[in-house]
Amino acid sequence: MLALVVNRLLWGLPVLWLVATLTFALMRAVPGGPFDREKPLPPEIKANVEAKYHLDLPVAQQYLRYLGQLMRGDLGPSYKYLDRDVRAIIAESLPVSAQLGGLAFLVAVVVGLSAGIAAALRPGTWLDRAALVSATIGFALPSFILAVLLILLLAHAWHWLPPALWEGPRHAVLPALALGLGPAAYIARLARTSVLDVSRQEFVRVGRAKGLPPRTVLFAYLLKSGLMPVVTILGPLLAVLITGSFVVEYLFSIPGMGRFFITAVTNRDYPLIMGVTLVYAVVIVVANLAVDLLYGWLDPRIRAQ
Amino acid sequence: MKGGNRIALVSAVVLGLITLAAVTAAWIAPYPFDAQDLTRLLEPPSTDHWLGTDRLGRDLFSRLLYGAQISMTVGVVTALIATAFGVIYGMLSGYVGGRLDNLLMRLIDVVYALPDLLLIILLTVWLGRGLLGMLVALSLVSWVTVARLVRGEVLRLLPLAHIEAAKAVGAGHLRIILHHLLPLIAGPLLVTLSFRIPAAILAESTLSFIGIGLAPPTPSWGSMANEGWAALRFSPHLIIVPSVAIVVTILAFNIFGDWLRDRFDPRRI
Repeated sequence: MLALVVNRLLWGLPVLWLVATLTFALMRAVPGGPFDREKPLPPEIKANVEAKYHLDLPVAQQYLRYLGQLMRGDLGPSYKYLDRDVRAIIAESLPVSAQLGGLAFLVAVVVGLSAGIAAALRPGTWLDRAALVSATIGFALPSFILAVLLILLLAHAWHWLPPALWEGPRHAVLPALALGLGPAAYIARLARTSVLDVSRQEFVRVGRAKGLPPRTVLFAYLLKSGLMPVVTILGPLLAVLITGSFVVEYLFSIPGMGRFFITAVTNRDYPLIMGVTLVYAVVIVVANLAVDLLYGWLDPRIRAQ
Repeated sequence: MKGGNRIALVSAVVLGLITLAAVTAAWIAPYPFDAQDLTRLLEPPSTDHWLGTDRLGRDLFSRLLYGAQISMTVGVVTALIATAFGVIYGMLSGYVGGRLDNLLMRLIDVVYALPDLLLIILLTVWLGRGLLGMLVALSLVSWVTVARLVRGEVLRLLPLAHIEAAKAVGAGHLRIILHHLLPLIAGPLLVTLSFRIPAAILAESTLSFIGIGLAPPTPSWGSMANEGWAALRFSPHLIIVPSVAIVVTILAFNIFGDWLRDRFDPRRI
């Protein structure tokens, strides 16, 4: 088990290195630099500023410098936010995005699984049909439209919850719903299909026939194998929810990490782009590892390999 | 199952109508999409302007029709490019196998670990915020899923007897790929294609909504919704109209895709 974790984490390192290299190359390939203004800076000043950030060196040398810094855990300065370095910016905004993403993940899993399992256990009933219809509609609702709907109804019309900002639990409800309900719909459909599929299989019938308590059949037989497909998507989903909530952050004016993608690229704030991208990549690698471990726990055949 | 067929038929008709609107927008739209009438700003629906006007006095109904053109183009073209590239990549990886397979798959891991948003923003900065930039950017982030699917299918099919037999009688690689592998993955591919279209439409409208997609005055449904967001309090129809268009289109594609999957991808229920 430990060997597997270590092995997978070691595999993550070259992936991270490639992500860093590709992002570096892409960034530099895009025309325009961090200190190009509509009204150009005087050439002497521009040269000085660029020398300060070592942008006057050949690109290959800048790349090696950056990698060297990175190994020491230094993400460099931001060109735009002069009072904080990239690490401070991420330390400030990542927890916000992680909280929002974590809450949305909870919404997605709890709502999605309960709806999907309830529907699968009573196929063909009104409950099943209602779950299926709302999941189909929920899946087709873009998060920005869902967010607008929630803001209009729960904040503007009924004044139940605040429409924006990030100042406590009440402020977290709407964005977490806006971000989590779409994935919830997806999980519900996936769980329903898969649990229904498993419930028709022989080992489940055998379990019932030999008189096991319904609860044991449900948890140890049906859900344990019926939820495998759901588990596979949880890792990428968590990663996307933690790092990719930019639309919802934008709509609710939440000070998360998402907005830096847009501003950092438009400003050509190279170190900030690199920092945010690398954090995202780390989250993805770790989330996928977590899923693989969970998968091994659920399916002994995989554990054996 | 009968109910499923009926609702799939309804969504096919809806998709047909949206396509028709997209193709004929230039003829049936009552006004050009960028014609401003500054004497009639933010009007509610009327007989002159069926869905009202926006804050620049542009006819919302006409913009909606042209928006269908944008959405359908983005959806279909992106899905086709992504599928074509994904098929070639996945086929190469699965069929050749060995070290090439390993290399190609690690590359996919890297693309997965790169944030889509970053790639899209960088590419649209590079190629401009026009339709071409959007098509290239969205295709580049969506081919990986197809490539993985194709590779998996190829690996599953290769050991099967009829492929072995084809090899044994001396069929060339190209023949095996075109005559024995592709027809067998056509079903799942068609299903994936049908889900890539609404995914691309969703991505474009989201990007345009937050203001980093297609540049104005392009009548993208997403940028129309964004303009509506600014006028939410007093002219809610401005955000309702494009939002309904987006949701109906995506819903119709999804339902139609579900139906296709039931028919052509028997392994999944």
